[in-house]
Amino acid sequence: MKKFFLGIMLVGICVLGNAQEKNKKVTFEVDGICEMCKIRIEKAALGVTGVKYALWDIPSHKLSLIIDERKTNTMQIKTALVAVGHDTKELKASKEAYDKVDACCKYRDSTVVEKHH
Amino acid sequence: MPEFVCTLKVTQPKTVKIIQVVLLFLLPLSSFAQDEVKGKVLEANKPTNSAGLQGANVYWMNSQIGTITNKDGAFRIPYEKTYSKLIISYVGFSSDTLTINGPGVITHILQPSNELDEVEVVKKRDAIQKTFLSTQNVVNINSAELLKAACCNLSESFETNPAIDVNFSDALTGTKQIRMLGLTSPYLLITQENIPMVRGASQTYGLTFTPGTWVESIQITKGAGSVINGYESISGQINTELVKPLSDAALFVNGYANRNGRYEMNAHVNRKLNEKWSTGLYVHGNRRDEKVDNNDDGFLDVPLANQINILNRWQFQDTEKGWVSFFNVRFLNDEKQVGQSNFDPDTDRFTTNSWGSEIDTKRFDTSLKLGYVFPQLPFQSVGFQASYSNHKQESYYGFNRYDIDHQSIYSNLIFNSIIGNTQTKFKTGFNFAYDGYEELVNTQFYERTDRSLGAFFEFSYDDLEKLSLTAGLRVDTHNRLGNFVTPRLHLRYAPWERSSFRASFGRGRRAANIFAENQQFFASSRQLRILDTAGSIYGLDPEDAWNFGFSILQGFSIAERTGNITVDFYRTSFVNQVVVDWENPLEITFSNLDGKSYANSFQLEVNYELLKNLDLRTAYKYYDVETDYQTGLLQKPLQAKNRFFVNLGYETDLNDRGAQWKFDYTLHTLGEQRLPNTASNPDEFRLTEFAEPYSLMNAQITRVFSTQLELYAGVENLTNFTQSNPIVSANDPFGPYFDTSIVFAPVIGSMYYAGFRFRLN
Repeated sequence: MKKFFLGIMLVGICVLGNAQEKNKKVTFEVDGICEMCKIRIEKAALGVTGVKYALWDIPSHKLSLIIDERKTNTMQIKTALVAVGHDTKELKASKEAYDKVDACCKYRDSTVVEKHH
Repeated sequence: MPEFVCTLKVTQPKTVKIIQVVLLFLLPLSSFAQDEVKGKVLEANKPTNSAGLQGANVYWMNSQIGTITNKDGAFRIPYEKTYSKLIISYVGFSSDTLTINGPGVITHILQPSNELDEVEVVKKRDAIQKTFLSTQNVVNINSAELLKAACCNLSESFETNPAIDVNFSDALTGTKQIRMLGLTSPYLLITQENIPMVRGASQTYGLTFTPGTWVESIQITKGAGSVINGYESISGQINTELVKPLSDAALFVNGYANRNGRYEMNAHVNRKLNEKWSTGLYVHGNRRDEKVDNNDDGFLDVPLANQINILNRWQFQDTEKGWVSFFNVRFLNDEKQVGQSNFDPDTDRFTTNSWGSEIDTKRFDTSLKLGYVFPQLPFQSVGFQASYSNHKQESYYGFNRYDIDHQSIYSNLIFNSIIGNTQTKFKTGFNFAYDGYEELVNTQFYERTDRSLGAFFEFSYDDLEKLSLTAGLRVDTHNRLGNFVTPRLHLRYAPWERSSFRASFGRGRRAANIFAENQQFFASSRQLRILDTAGSIYGLDPEDAWNFGFSILQGFSIAERTGNITVDFYRTSFVNQVVVDWENPLEITFSNLDGKSYANSFQLEVNYELLKNLDLRTAYKYYDVETDYQTGLLQKPLQAKNRFFVNLGYETDLNDRGAQWKFDYTLHTLGEQRLPNTASNPDEFRLTEFAEPYSLMNAQITRVFSTQLELYAGVENLTNFTQSNPIVSANDPFGPYFDTSIVFAPVIGSMYYAGFRFRLN
């Protein structure tokens, strides 16, 4: 009986060690400038199944997320972000996707960025 | 799936296509149709460990293609000729860039590093406020707006806002009555920090019991409100947020005086006791000892008054653990004396020496709020609130006596969370309410207890761009209103930039406290009669109404300055109403609605920055409020069909010391108002059918010397417009025609005032 419980505990520990959290906090940088970018970024992130909460901070460009790791991962979210035209550290938006963002959101253009400051 | 790795290289000549298709059917489990790179990422310090590194980023440089290693450390990523640099990165390891020349299999070992290049910590500093695009038609009045009309309490805080109309309830007390969408305040749910406040016994004077300086902000919701705070709101909700010990100034003192002998004093003291606890003590006093009778009708134009109002708040905040709590205790004593100027209560009370009235109110209330936000889940919270109040009014109006003792308990529990993600949220919970009333109306004693228990669920969806909606439903069981369902729906649609189309509909129900809500009629010789006997509330049935409405908001810029235009239409339609009929000048009757009763309201509002720092707010309002009275369908008396409003505000720029000037001007124009029928009175006591249109103007100047001190001075009713003979049969107050309730314009003329605000942070 003792061994049985030990076994259960071991399995439990293994599961814990490998646990994919239901409510995992993740933060990473996403390029963007303004309020419109914020809406686009948050919407794209929330559009990924498993993303429960998304908040993009304009000054720091940090996207804070709460995700269900069993359903998604950061690379999937970054794929969704580059698809709407916003660069991340790892993935970069294609020219076609970047061209679609509004004129005020052209974060690769230094003159547009400066206008917002 | 078998563990071997298939490394079939596929070239793309057209002739092979057929074979591919065949293969597709033969080997459905293999991947072959796409070129890809597969492999495994291992940790450097345990290279022999076959369990690879889970969660490593694998992506093509400058591409939009990436993946993450699975629990075995394995990955697969599509390959295209344009990509050659594959980056493998992981928190706590050095990133590596591999050159890849074609599809294939790779095994890569990552070296641990001391640098953390991606810190998985949610930032601590405050987030920028998310633009809140409410589905409800909410107007927020902030503290700056409240200072535009400096005097004196909540009932006077709406003068600069077109959503609320301010009327006069009677010729004696000068109490201001507020209306929204053409309906008086009993049809509004008036809450203080989301706890129902002005209701029951406090319906008539309750707004005057919240001093203006206590108010931090006001939210006005037009149309059916949220289901969370109950079923009582019919035409809208007004919520007041009070100043908080943690954010209010350490010391605040305000003094006010006007030419009619009214003095007000406010003092706030706030202390932060430690990291978590703060407390505030707020003391208000006002009095008027001077007898004013400018229109020489023998009656005081404004009451003699004396009020002491003390509030103590405790605030607890532990942001790390997610707890917020408020505890409030308030005590109020208010005394008013009105009537003939020579009236002396000690000798003349209940005699025909002279006509007078005293209204004494004592109120105690206390409330507790507890909120918990799950620290790991910012979108999930639990809130609990409980409040108790005891409101005691003792009063007489000439020979009419009216006493009311109202005890009330209100409590609710709300759970907030999301479904899937924060685009779909819900709130659910319970409310419990208890009201015990004891009333003495002349010699008749009324006693009543109301109990209700309800559950609610409110769902909201926001697509973050164009569409959002809030749908709520509540089910209540009430010992007098029965079991009933209250649905409410709000929709917002923004088809283009700076626009907002809103629609709402909902139902509301309430038990009308006919005497408390219509106290002004005690100051008349009208006979009170209740025509129904079968109902559960004074023999009358509960009031029940539907409200629906639309509004369109469009922002614009002209000459670099922004503005907006709003058009809205609302209709309230009563299924049942307690009809207050005073079309017979000798009586007032209460009866269940027999026929129809509705209130239509239309408003056009324009806000625009006319010149630099000069803001214009203007509105036109049209009301069509009709009810089937005993004598047929009539426009509601004392309700102007047309109203016009202008507010101009000018502020100079703040200088280095924080000093500035502020100027404010408001104009209200009221179209003709139907007066209650007085045709059966003798000639001298007969009024015209309609009151003439008129305008009122208010103006105020504020000099801000620094963040610590400001002075203000102003005038209400600049053009000195007053109603001539506001009291019918003022010479014979004990005669059958005496009536103080037909008031359609100010009783008092121009009123000059001045005051100061001193603040130490």
